[in-house]
Amino acid sequence: MSADFLVADEVSVRLGERFVVQDASFSLPPGRLVVLVGPNGAGKTTLLRALAGLLPAQGVVRVGGQTVATLAVHERALRFAYLPQGHAVHWPLPARDIVALGRYPHGATDPSRLGARDAEAVEQAMAVTDVAAFAGRRVTELSGGELSRVALARVMAVQAPVILADEPVASLDPRHQIDVMRLLRQAADGGTLVIVVTHDLGLAARFADTVLVLRAGRLVVAGPPAEVFAPAVLADVFRVEAYRAAHEGKPVIVPWTAS
Amino acid sequence: MKHPVKTSVTVVAILGSVVALLFVLSLGVGPVPLSPSTVVRALFGAGIEEQRVIVQEIRLPRAVLGLAIGGMLGLSGAALQGLLRNPLAAPSLFGAPQAAAFGAVTIIALGLADVRSFALPAAAIAGAFGSVFLLLVVAGRNASLLLLILAGLAISSLAGAATALTMNLASNPFAALEIAFWLLGSLEDRSFRHVLLALPFIIAGAVLLMSRRHAFRALSIGEDSAQSLGVDVHRLRLVVIAGVALGVGASVAVAGTIGFVGLVAPHLVRSLVGHDPARLLLPGALAGAGLLLAADIAVRIIPSTTDIKVGVLTAIIGVPFFLYLIVRERRSLGGSLT
Repeated sequence: MSADFLVADEVSVRLGERFVVQDASFSLPPGRLVVLVGPNGAGKTTLLRALAGLLPAQGVVRVGGQTVATLAVHERALRFAYLPQGHAVHWPLPARDIVALGRYPHGATDPSRLGARDAEAVEQAMAVTDVAAFAGRRVTELSGGELSRVALARVMAVQAPVILADEPVASLDPRHQIDVMRLLRQAADGGTLVIVVTHDLGLAARFADTVLVLRAGRLVVAGPPAEVFAPAVLADVFRVEAYRAAHEGKPVIVPWTAS
Repeated sequence: MKHPVKTSVTVVAILGSVVALLFVLSLGVGPVPLSPSTVVRALFGAGIEEQRVIVQEIRLPRAVLGLAIGGMLGLSGAALQGLLRNPLAAPSLFGAPQAAAFGAVTIIALGLADVRSFALPAAAIAGAFGSVFLLLVVAGRNASLLLLILAGLAISSLAGAATALTMNLASNPFAALEIAFWLLGSLEDRSFRHVLLALPFIIAGAVLLMSRRHAFRALSIGEDSAQSLGVDVHRLRLVVIAGVALGVGASVAVAGTIGFVGLVAPHLVRSLVGHDPARLLLPGALAGAGLLLAADIAVRIIPSTTDIKVGVLTAIIGVPFFLYLIVRERRSLGGSLT
């Protein structure tokens, strides 16, 4: 596949008078883990939602050569699997039913009547994310770590070419943070384009192929983590100085002092 | 874990039998008590002529309306709870019956109400549509429980005030009295004209709501996630508003305001079929039908010098139940304040 699988061309989102995202342009190939970072209020979530077509935006987003704005809602759903912040589930449903919602875009709207292909996709997603052991339990009885894996399994069950994950590791303990990032990394290695929003520069540096830096709605830097997390960028965008090292061939970034 | 589908099939079968039993009982209760076997014979055209007239022409329309209106109210409650992901959502808490009543009362006060004309249900449906639409606009996306209930209170008070104004301005004091009694909600002395007036709209509303049942399940994980799964959330809202307005509006047009069935019915079945909002619709409708049929039987056998209106009875039972639910949901209510 080509290097321009997902293309954003001057994407802008306006809320009232203010541009929350302004003229964001990039082009991404499949099979990458892309991390979107930036200070609070930089427009990360808004950009992610604009890519998924969840809010009206100016500019053009194309996926696999097709313009997202012209796709019907269900066609969009087959291309973008979206994981919002917080993994809220409003009813105490069994974990398996939540994962099975991932097959909704494929027309499998009833989790109790899944076809063979849909059932297999659900089982596979639950196996990869280690959810199978508590698939029958209600999501309200699960721990934060378990719930985040259920949410991830739901997104993987879509088998979409693009996964958009908004702060999937927020409020997780270190072990579950690594778990979630490792699973997203696996999905990327399997050919999916994964875009992750996070505040954790350390995880971004370790797991990302590409880092996009957003500041005040504008995309200011893009590239591999070792380049993007240069001292000048950290000072300029995040206003921190970081401890920097390398471990197992990956950059280590630990924000240390506010500058 | 029990198999959810088998459980819901069993529950639907049991609820269906209970509703059928109440339906037959409803045909037997009144000034001339009839045994269930007499009722069934009269229903199929056998037995004495007087009994046939009582069952087929006097009590059957009342029972059919009880079944349809109760079922629609239960279904509307379950659908609104699914749409808003909130166990405290119900048409009567959002002012829908009150607004429908305002629409209907205006038609009555203008002297346009006629059992042969569709003006009454049309005005009631318009009122209900306006109230639910206004509620969702005022409360906005992802509204908290507290916000919905406050907005519902405001809309229901507004509709109540508008109704009071219409009565206030009514030139004929007897018309005002008639409206006041009609507002209490009753299934008494209804004919097949009334059934004909309401049933098509109730069926249309029910079909609309049932057709979207799987979208309610997808909404369990929030509006953004549901949209990303291919649910057109904007359209879904409009469909639900239209379905609830058609059903509740037509019900109010022929029976007055009968509240709280939509709030209570889904709760009665949730412990039996689970929380899946898609699987709750049919059992919720059956529970609503059973509740209203039972309440309508109760008002006929409770000894009293004047008739007790069924709408009064459902409110007397429903409001304490609502208070109990508030106590139970207190934590999430408090949580939405922060």
